[in-house]
Amino acid sequence: MTQRLLPISIFAALMAVIPLIPGMPPFWIVLLNNIGLAALVAMGLVLLTGVGGLTSFGQAAFCGFGAYTTAVLSTAYGVSPWLTLPLSLLVSGGAAVFLGLVTVRLSGHYLPLGTIAWGIGLYYLFSKLEFLGRNDGITGIPPLSIGTLKMLDAGTIYYAIWIAVLICALLSMNLLDSRTGRAIRALRRGHIAAEAFGVQTPRAKLLVFIYAAVLAGLSGWLYAHFQRAANPTPFGAHAGIEYLFIAVVGGAGYVWGAVLGAGIVVILKEILQSYLPLLFRGEGQLETIVFGIMLVLLLQLAPTGVWPWLMGRLPFKAARKRPDTSLTLPARERPAAAPGALLQIDNARKQFGGVIAVNDVSFDVQAREIVALIGPNGAGKSTTFNLITGVLTSTGGTISVHGRNIDNAPPQEVVKLGIARTFQHVKLVPDMSVLENVAIGAHLRGHSGAISSMLRLDRSDEAKLLAEAARQIERVGLIDQIDQPAGSLSLGQQRIVEIARALCVDPMLLLLDEPAAGLRHMEKQRLATLLRTLRDGGMSVLLVEHDMGFVMDLADRIVVLDFGTKIAEGTPDAIKRNPDVIKAYLGAAA
Amino acid sequence: MNTTIMLFLVQDGITNGAIYALLGLALVLVFAVTRVILIPQGEFVTFGALTYATLSAGNMPGTAQLAVVMGVMAFGLDLFAGRRSLHPRLVGRAFAINILLPVAIYALTSWLAGKNTPIAVNIALSLLIVAAIGLFLYRLVFQPLAHTSVLVLLIASVGAHLALQGLGLVFFGAEGQRGPTISDAAFMVGPLRFTGQSIAVYAITIAFIVGLWLFFGLTLYGKALRATAVNRLGARLVGIRTTLSGQIAFLLASVIGALSGILIVPITTLYYDTGFLIGLKGFIAAIIGGLVSYPLTAVAALVVGTVEAFSSFYASNFKEVIVFTLILPVLVLRSLAAPAVEEEKD
Repeated sequence: MTQRLLPISIFAALMAVIPLIPGMPPFWIVLLNNIGLAALVAMGLVLLTGVGGLTSFGQAAFCGFGAYTTAVLSTAYGVSPWLTLPLSLLVSGGAAVFLGLVTVRLSGHYLPLGTIAWGIGLYYLFSKLEFLGRNDGITGIPPLSIGTLKMLDAGTIYYAIWIAVLICALLSMNLLDSRTGRAIRALRRGHIAAEAFGVQTPRAKLLVFIYAAVLAGLSGWLYAHFQRAANPTPFGAHAGIEYLFIAVVGGAGYVWGAVLGAGIVVILKEILQSYLPLLFRGEGQLETIVFGIMLVLLLQLAPTGVWPWLMGRLPFKAARKRPDTSLTLPARERPAAAPGALLQIDNARKQFGGVIAVNDVSFDVQAREIVALIGPNGAGKSTTFNLITGVLTSTGGTISVHGRNIDNAPPQEVVKLGIARTFQHVKLVPDMSVLENVAIGAHLRGHSGAISSMLRLDRSDEAKLLAEAARQIERVGLIDQIDQPAGSLSLGQQRIVEIARALCVDPMLLLLDEPAAGLRHMEKQRLATLLRTLRDGGMSVLLVEHDMGFVMDLADRIVVLDFGTKIAEGTPDAIKRNPDVIKAYLGAAA
Repeated sequence: MNTTIMLFLVQDGITNGAIYALLGLALVLVFAVTRVILIPQGEFVTFGALTYATLSAGNMPGTAQLAVVMGVMAFGLDLFAGRRSLHPRLVGRAFAINILLPVAIYALTSWLAGKNTPIAVNIALSLLIVAAIGLFLYRLVFQPLAHTSVLVLLIASVGAHLALQGLGLVFFGAEGQRGPTISDAAFMVGPLRFTGQSIAVYAITIAFIVGLWLFFGLTLYGKALRATAVNRLGARLVGIRTTLSGQIAFLLASVIGALSGILIVPITTLYYDTGFLIGLKGFIAAIIGGLVSYPLTAVAALVVGTVEAFSSFYASNFKEVIVFTLILPVLVLRSLAAPAVEEEKD
C-alpha cells in the first residue's frame, strides 16, 4: 500500500464502521448522508473554483438535473435506478456543456454572475414544468437495490453515498496530480502563460466545469433515491450559495477540504436550527443570519479555510518523491538542412489604435545564434515577442519559421514549432512547486487525458514529464528548490524557473524577456554560461535585455529598436559605436 | 395583438424597468468604485420599503436598532484598526459617525414613530436609517477585504445578503406590506392612466442617471472614485482616500436602493425577501451594461422590465425563467466580443 492511499484507507475503514456501532442514533446517519451528498458537490467546486478559479453559484441546479432525470425516468417510465445513473450524469454533464460553452469564456466576475442568473432561472423552470411536478415535485421514487437488498433506510444507502464520495475524492486527487491537473491549476493565474505552453485554456475550463457538474449530478441522483422524492427547493439559489460556502469553509483548494467543510457546515446548520430558536424565541431563518455573518468573518480571518490550517498542524510532513531522472522523452525532430533562417521577421507591424508599437521591423535569427533585441523602454521589444508567440495578432508583415509562415497562429501552435518563451512579468503559479511549474513546459510532450489521469493510467507518461522537468531544473541550477512553492523564491530565481519551464518544450528557439533582471552578478554569469552551452548544443536564443554588459558579452548579433522602429543591427562592437544607437540611448551629442 | 394591451404592457414594463435601472445604476456605481458586486442591494430595497411602510403604519422599525448595533460594531473595528495611534480627534470622529449618528437617528425615529408624521418625514427617516446601514455595511464587511479579489468580495457580498435577509424576516415578519403613495394624482393620456407615483418613478430615475453620469464623467471627485476602482494603490499614491471613496459609493447605493423600495412599495406588496429578486433584475441590466456604462444599463433595464411585463402577460408561469435566461444571449454576445485581456488575479 502506498503512502498516498494509507490515510484514505483508514478513513474509509472508519466510515464503514460507524453505522455498525451499537446504539448509533439513526438521525446521525442521516446527517452523515447529508454530509456525503454535500461533499460531492463541494468537491466539484473545489476543482472548479478553488483550483481552476471559476466561481459558480449554480451547482445546485446541476444537482437538480441529476435528481429530476432519475425521478422522471424511474417513476413515469419504470426505468431501473442503476440505468438512470449514467443518464443523470449525462444530462447534468450535457447541461454543463451548453452552459459552459456560453459562460466559461467570460472573464473574471461575469462567470459567477452568469451562474447566479441561470441558477435562479433553472430553479424557476423546475418549479413550473408540468412533467417535473411543479412546486410539489415528484414523489414515490423507487429505492436503490442490489439483488434483493433494497436501500430503504438511511443506514444502507449510507454505504452507496460514502463509496461515491471516496471514489470521487480519489479520482479528483488523481486528476489534480497529472498533466491535465497542472493545466487546470494554471488557469487561475490567467491564460497567457498556460497557452504559451500549448494548453487549450477554453477546453481546460470546460472540462473542469463539466467535471464539477457531473459530481453535482451524481449527488442529485443519490439524493433523489435517498429522499425518494425530488422538489425544487434544494436546487435553488440559496443551496448553490451554501455549496460554495462549504468549499470556502473547508479550504477551496483542497479535495478533502470539501468533505471537512461539508461536515462542519451540515452539523453547524443542524445545531443552529435546533438551538437558535430556543435562544431567541424568533421565527425561522435565524440560522441564515449567523451563516451570513460567519461567511464574512471567515473570509476576513481565515480566507484559505480549515483544511490547510489543520494540515499545517500535523506533526509529520508527507515526503515528496524525487522523479526518476533516468526516464527520457523523445527529442524534437530537427530539420537537418534548414531552408532559410530559423526565424524570419519581415516588416512586422503592430498598431494599437493610433500608436504604432512595432513599425515594419525586419530581422532574422539563424540556427545556433544568440540575438539580442535592445532599445529604450517602450521601444516595442515585448510587443515584438508577443507578435512572434501569437499572443498579439500583427497588423501587417510576415513572421516565418524555417520558411513557413506562422502569421497570427495562436500561441499553442507557435510553441509546437519549437519556440518557447519566458515573460517580462513572471507568470508562475505561486502555490505550485517549482517541479510542477516547470512540468507545465512539457505539457505538449505528454499525451494522457483527463480520464486516464483519473484512473492513474498516465503514470509512465507522467513520470517521463516529471523527469524531464527535474532534469531542466538541475540544468539551470535550482535543484535544491525543486519542491518549494514557486512563489517563495526570489524574483531572480523565479525568472530562472521560467527558463527551465521553457527548456522543457525542447525548443529550437528560446525567447527570453529580460532574463537577467533581478539577478545578482554571479547568477548573471551562470545564466550567460548556460545560454552559451545551449547555443553550442544547437539552440538559438532571442533575448530582450537592459543589462548592456550582459548583452554585449553574450550576444552574437544585436537588433536595436527605438519607438517601434529598427535603427541598427550588427555585432556588439558595431552597435557600441553606432551613432544612432548612442543618440537613442543618451540623446543627441551636446 | 391588441394595441391597448400592448400599450399597457409597455407602460408597466417601463415603470418596472425604471426601478431596475435605478438599481442597476447603483450596482454599476458600487462595482466601479469598490469592485464589490453588491448582492445586498436587494436588502437595501426591502429595508427602505418596509421601514417606510412600518413608519407609515405608526410602528417602530427594527432597522433603526440594526443601524445602532452596526454602528457600535463599526466603532469597535475603527478603534481596533487604529489602536496604535489613537488620537483624540480620530476617536472623536469615529464616535460621531459610528455612535452619535445612528443613536440620533434612532432617537428621532422613536420620538416620531406613532405621531402620524407626514409622508415626507417618513421617507426622509427611512432613507437616513438605510443610508446608515449601508455605510456601516461597507465598514464592517468590505473595508477589511478591500485589497482582495473580485471573487472574495463577491462571496462576502453573498454572506452579507444572507445575514441581512434573515434580519429582514426578524424585523418585518413573513407578511407582505404596502406603503402609502407619494401622490394620488392621476391623469389619462389616450387609454393610458398615468399616476403621480409612476411619474415620480420616471422623474427620479432620470434625475439619478443624468446626475451620476455627470458626476463620474465631469467632476474631479467622480474621476477620483473611478481611479480607486482601477488601481487602489495608485489612487492612494496620488492622494485619493480610497476608504472614503468606498463609503461614499455604499452611501449612494443604499440611498438609491431604499428610494427604489419606497417608490415601488405603494405599487406592489413587498415581502422581506422580495428585494433579492428585484435586485437581481437590476443586475441583469447592469451586466448587459458591462458593469461600466450608465446609459447602457438604463436602456437594458427598460428592456428587462418590458420583457418581464410581456412574459407575465403571455406566459406568466415562466416569467422569471424568461427574465433570468435573458442573460444567456447577452453573455454569448459578450464572450464573442470579449477581447483577450489578461487578468492578473488570485
